[in-house]
Amino acid sequence: MTDTHIGNGFVPSGQLQLGVFFQGVNSGTVWKSAESGSQTDFESFRRIAQTAERGLFAAFFLGEGLRLREHLGRPHALDVAGRPDAQTMLAALASVTSSIGLVATQNTTYNDPADLAHRLASLDLLSGGRAAWNVVTTDNAWTGANFRRGGYLDHADRYVHAEAFVTTAKRIWDSWADGAIASSPAAAAWAAPGSARPVHHEGKHYTVDYVPRLPRSAQYRPVLFQAGDSPEGRDFAARQADVIFSAHPKLDDALGFRRDIVQRTVNAGRGANDVKIMPASEFILAATPEEALEKKNWVRSLQIGPEQAVAYLEQFWGRELQEFDPDGPLPEIDPVVEETSETRGSGFHGAKAKQLADQWRAEAKDKGLSIRQFVSARTSRGDSSFTGSYTEVADRLAEYARTGAVDGFNISPWLIPTGLDDIVNHLVPELQERGVYPTGYAGSTLRENLGLATPVRQPDSVGVEV
Amino acid sequence: MNTTSTNAPRQGFLALELDGDGAHPAAWRKARHTPAELLDGTRVRATVLAAESAGFHVATFADGSLPAASSDAGGRDIPGRLNALQRAAFAGPVTGSIVLVPEVDTVYTEPFHISTQLASLDYVSGGRAGWLVAASDKVADAAAVGRSHVSGEGLGREAADSVEVSRRLWDSWEDDAVIRDVATGRYIDVDQLHYVDFESTVDFESAAGAGYSVKGPSIIPRPLQGQLPVLVPAGLLNADQLSAGAADALLVSAPTPELLAGEAAEARAAAPGAAIIAELDVVLDSRGQSAAGRLAELDAYTPWQSSRARFVGSAAELTGLLASVLETADGVRLHPAVLDVDLEELAQLVLPALRRRGLLATPQPGSTFRDLLGLQRPASRYAAATISASSAADH
Repeated sequence: MTDTHIGNGFVPSGQLQLGVFFQGVNSGTVWKSAESGSQTDFESFRRIAQTAERGLFAAFFLGEGLRLREHLGRPHALDVAGRPDAQTMLAALASVTSSIGLVATQNTTYNDPADLAHRLASLDLLSGGRAAWNVVTTDNAWTGANFRRGGYLDHADRYVHAEAFVTTAKRIWDSWADGAIASSPAAAAWAAPGSARPVHHEGKHYTVDYVPRLPRSAQYRPVLFQAGDSPEGRDFAARQADVIFSAHPKLDDALGFRRDIVQRTVNAGRGANDVKIMPASEFILAATPEEALEKKNWVRSLQIGPEQAVAYLEQFWGRELQEFDPDGPLPEIDPVVEETSETRGSGFHGAKAKQLADQWRAEAKDKGLSIRQFVSARTSRGDSSFTGSYTEVADRLAEYARTGAVDGFNISPWLIPTGLDDIVNHLVPELQERGVYPTGYAGSTLRENLGLATPVRQPDSVGVEV
Repeated sequence: MNTTSTNAPRQGFLALELDGDGAHPAAWRKARHTPAELLDGTRVRATVLAAESAGFHVATFADGSLPAASSDAGGRDIPGRLNALQRAAFAGPVTGSIVLVPEVDTVYTEPFHISTQLASLDYVSGGRAGWLVAASDKVADAAAVGRSHVSGEGLGREAADSVEVSRRLWDSWEDDAVIRDVATGRYIDVDQLHYVDFESTVDFESAAGAGYSVKGPSIIPRPLQGQLPVLVPAGLLNADQLSAGAADALLVSAPTPELLAGEAAEARAAAPGAAIIAELDVVLDSRGQSAAGRLAELDAYTPWQSSRARFVGSAAELTGLLASVLETADGVRLHPAVLDVDLEELAQLVLPALRRRGLLATPQPGSTFRDLLGLQRPASRYAAATISASSAADH
């Protein structure tokens, strides 16, 4: 039996929130179907955001790309590539939505803290307190080739740097005194003198000397999301973030992750319920379990076609493998490099290629899998996907809510722009019937809708050297 | 620019600057909302819709840090300002014909970010985006991002470099690069993507720190307009930079309204390929109060220092002035003292009179900023290189 005890004073809300991740680049997005629309037209974004809002979703997410992914030294031709700038798109969506949160993935390495904090504050005010920042770190010079700063950050420094960056941003957001702005045109001044406190930070990588230009929003400051899953990433999130969306999809794992995060959050001097957990997941749903399974096979066949399967192996073999039959066994030839050259931007780093190839060949032979079947199984989001009928998936999700394993899910639709329709039309009502999903927005800000506490202002101190 | 038959008058366009509560530093005292309501989406929506329904062709959005009114021409009572590019993006989906042009600094902002943000603005506005180039000369803006201060010649170099990187990145995806070829499994045609390999120029005395390079390609497909129109204040770029095609339009200032037409003619001679837009501050008679009286009342709170020509008078007089300036300039950008007051007079009296005289282009829903400026949609420079190389080989 599952041990549902969390400890440290954690109280399950018994409720779930949903977010939607508009997928840009990756192999999870089905573009080969006739139903697949444009990945860049504004109408695609509007449709998903407005559908999500109809389904009372808490948040709409956008990723960030700072360099196109490459495969064997050229831009990667097989997967969806190219996407709009996150904050620009979210500012546009702010004018055609009224309640859904707007989450921008933004990098701490290739942005300037004052510029990024100002833009997020601006999005927060434009949207009436609905902005959030998904904090990500990068440290590779390859991405840095598009930026003035270049690749200046050591891997080991990235969380130290990110934390200094986030702290500086929070101080910028907290810098205007409440009630600083005049309440009438007859006042002595528009803003009381000295009501905007300058922010100074001096660090190893940059200095900031800045007079902030914006007051606090209706939600005080943008909500912070974070996905790091390493011990450093978890501690960073426990100190700084409001929401984590690392995926620990099996209920036991999810409960273990929750216990760990609660412990780290309490250790960081925060409340046991202060950090929400909303793992990224994929939903494949239908009226019956059989139809859902059939749909899953169809989705997988479009996500990993023959070309994608071979290209996946090429990333590790470090050479072209076009002569191999995708429906045949894994290549008997060995990888050409000792250390795999990473497929740029995909997150594969430095696995020992020969060793990996031997392992995979043995595994595929053992299970009787072709290249395509092997890659499909390997890249499957099996663990983080929910496949089934609306009722059975709703039952499973209700269990996550009851135990407090998670606070909700971030859904990555595999189809644009209609990929949320069945979730909003069929799954959401089932969840509402079970009493685990809201029947209206709790408030007007993202912070209220996620049930987050009012943030504590950053202390008035100047920045510390890092 | 759109020139019609020889007998018809030239048709020009009008742009409206929408920053704050108006161009006068004390404008907030005459605004029809509470001071705190200035900094939200409701206000952005209301002003841009009012400009569109008045018949303005272009809305511009100022950006950057705000100096105090006492210290700087263009300074304000108000220290707060929302990001210009985001205001323009917010306005995109709720408007249908007005062109949206944010000011974006070129000195202290990463060129790669600028390029992709502006391309995205073009997508969310259906091809109605432009870029008003700024080059901050403020020490405070350098300190905010921890860089050395750039001044003098360096400002033009930074601006020209930034425009060049953006233009290359906008071209780095050819128009048909997204092929979605199910048969071969290819989403993009890699042959239609290009590295831009830009290297900044650093051989000038005031160069602040090291130069930079941008590899490319862009992370967003080519903007709807191919290239966004780029507006540059006259005097920022030198003759070489202008003849290299950095600017699609020049913003021209003069000390007095009477001198504007002459300045416009001079700018056209210096940059024959660029549209010319004259800058004008405006205070109008309103509701029984004279323009001079309104200005005196505002100035009693905070004196208005501005580097632009200023018109103070009746709607009829302004109509006459604009008609005369539009004989030499392609457009005029108006900076009303108080948006809530002056925009009403412009909408009800000035624009209708100019339209009756046939002096204004008719805003066309669905048309682009390039259409308004009479600019063709260009082919990507990389596509052009491929084509000319292959046609040269044919001969």
